[in-house]
Amino acid sequence: MNVHEFQAKQLFAQFGVPVPRGKEVTSPDAATAWANELNTPVFVVKAQIHAGGRGKAGGVKITKDKAAVAGLAKELIGKTLVTHQTGPKGRQVHRLLLEEGANISKELYLSILVDRDSGWPVFIASTEGGMEIEEVAEKTPEKIIKELIDPAVGFQGYNGRNIAFGLGLNTIEPAVMNPFIQMLGNLYRLFMDKHAAMVEINPLIITKEKTLVALDGKVSFDDNGLFKHPDVQQMRDLNEEEPLEIEATASNLNYVKLDGNIGCMVNGAGLAMATMDVIKLAGSEPANFLDVGGGATKDTVAAGFRILLKDPNVKGIFINIFGGIVRCERIAHGVIEAAKEVKITVPLVVRLQGTNAEEGRKLLAESGLKLEVANDLWEAAQKIVKLTGKAA
Amino acid sequence: MSILVNKNTRVVVQGITGKEGSFHATQCKAYGTKVVAGVTPGKAGQEVEGIPVFNTVADAVKKKGCDTSLIFVPPPFCADAILEAADSGVKLIICITEGIPVNDMVKVKRALYGRDVRLIGPNCPGVITVDEAKIGIMPGFIHKKGVVGVVSRSGTLTYEAVHQLSTLGLGETTCVGIGGDPVNGTGFVDVLPLFEKDPETHAIVMIGEIGGDAEEKAAAFIKQNIKKPVISFIAGITAPPGRRMGHAGAIISGGKGTATEKMKALETAGVKVVKNPAEIGNAVKAALGR
Repeated sequence: MNVHEFQAKQLFAQFGVPVPRGKEVTSPDAATAWANELNTPVFVVKAQIHAGGRGKAGGVKITKDKAAVAGLAKELIGKTLVTHQTGPKGRQVHRLLLEEGANISKELYLSILVDRDSGWPVFIASTEGGMEIEEVAEKTPEKIIKELIDPAVGFQGYNGRNIAFGLGLNTIEPAVMNPFIQMLGNLYRLFMDKHAAMVEINPLIITKEKTLVALDGKVSFDDNGLFKHPDVQQMRDLNEEEPLEIEATASNLNYVKLDGNIGCMVNGAGLAMATMDVIKLAGSEPANFLDVGGGATKDTVAAGFRILLKDPNVKGIFINIFGGIVRCERIAHGVIEAAKEVKITVPLVVRLQGTNAEEGRKLLAESGLKLEVANDLWEAAQKIVKLTGKAA
Repeated sequence: MSILVNKNTRVVVQGITGKEGSFHATQCKAYGTKVVAGVTPGKAGQEVEGIPVFNTVADAVKKKGCDTSLIFVPPPFCADAILEAADSGVKLIICITEGIPVNDMVKVKRALYGRDVRLIGPNCPGVITVDEAKIGIMPGFIHKKGVVGVVSRSGTLTYEAVHQLSTLGLGETTCVGIGGDPVNGTGFVDVLPLFEKDPETHAIVMIGEIGGDAEEKAAAFIKQNIKKPVISFIAGITAPPGRRMGHAGAIISGGKGTATEKMKALETAGVKVVKNPAEIGNAVKAALGR
């Protein structure tokens, strides 16, 4: 789960990581009120959407004129921002972060996540703040510092010194050395205690006043850890999520919307991905990833149908089930019942394999439903692509 | 011969009185696995399909001589359950549970480091040695005794591959599900050398997916250490970046972990990579010259 920058900064403040004074506002009036209270030489108005690249897309405005803040807020609220992370449709702005400006002397990059190779948390730091870290990693890998943290003992002073001296903070600005190391420890606590998946500060700035400030902030959370943190759950912003994905989650389905024409419904995540891949190999594009789980009952299949059919791009549906513990004839009953409940308006190919597959296929063939039955994965993929036409 | 588990393996099922635990313990036992004990705190003295239940894993090990634990404990309590198993003296822990917080697994993995115990999973279908022991949730009957070792990050996709191998008459030795989580106990590089050493295994099927760099690590390992033919499929060539595809570990982040990269690394290492998952069985057949 992702949260907004203003929420990330609230967490930073809670864990002793310095942030600019700022507040979320959702109207020009609220912006004016907070600007009066903030009373700072430079005001920064930042659109809050769950995507990077907001600055380049015109989502960040800076002014010295307090009276201009309301106008900027009015301009940004309701505006659709298109960045390299939003896709061509862009994302509409519903809320803003209004905060004080800062005197930037130096920009750094800092993040923490789990290193999958070792299974340890790792800090990634660079003197190239304000840039895309992937780009830095590609062009100047020597400017990236990685420091693994032993989870048995947690963050230690030497971890901090390795990073601080590695960045050359002792020559860049010795005054921030100790606050920096302390801040790293605080970030580590935030990361572990809140079950974050990633915490990123880009840029972390050294001000002309020789202080550290997290000028931007991004935090994403491990969905599997959310049950421990009701406060984090409350930060979820449904405006930032695909409506069909919200509906799928509510039905306990794992759904990711894609841009193709063939809706697919599969049991198991790996097989669901493989099914998408096979659709592409057969000459079309998948409309989604949908894992209905190991069970695949009438209710999950019906919920799956409803979600797939709400996507106007879907021109055909491919159900691919490998019956293991759950027998195929039961799945076939589920598909038949669900198809009666939800009116299927597009071609449907059902591939059943595994336990009692033959009985399942026979039930489907005799059901009177308009559908094609297949045994083999490749045969099924070719059938649905033929029925819906190849992708342009 | 086989790897990891065989007909002598003595299994304790943690979480045996739960819905999943009792169902699968029964299924494993029916397959012929020696499921000799179960654990649910506070339910000692009960039985599940004739399997005695104990309060602690330590009790089960002491009374029944278990050497392997199979875990169905729900996510909030699962890290605790894995650590309990590790402390009880079992040598192999197979954790089926999906949804354990990553940072819990970070601590568990660290705690197991250097100890004489192997964790498989979490979020995996388990391990099966055909006709000897089924320790997991896979459908036993699709397997057929044969010559192919299977190691995979996925569940149903593995069944798909196994089904092809069985139908073509190649059959399997042992199938190991290492799980779909970003931090797990056993990786490809841990399982591959076991198959290399197993005289009954003539070829290895390795099923990977997007996210992380376990496949790239495996490619480097195979190049140096594996002489048997390896056939691989990597799921997710159509997966968009930045999105989690069902499994917690299946995500392309920062442009890393794509299927294309993994396929390239494996091909460079001499692995036969199939692009069509329906072709896994045939590719193994060809590699074995059958």
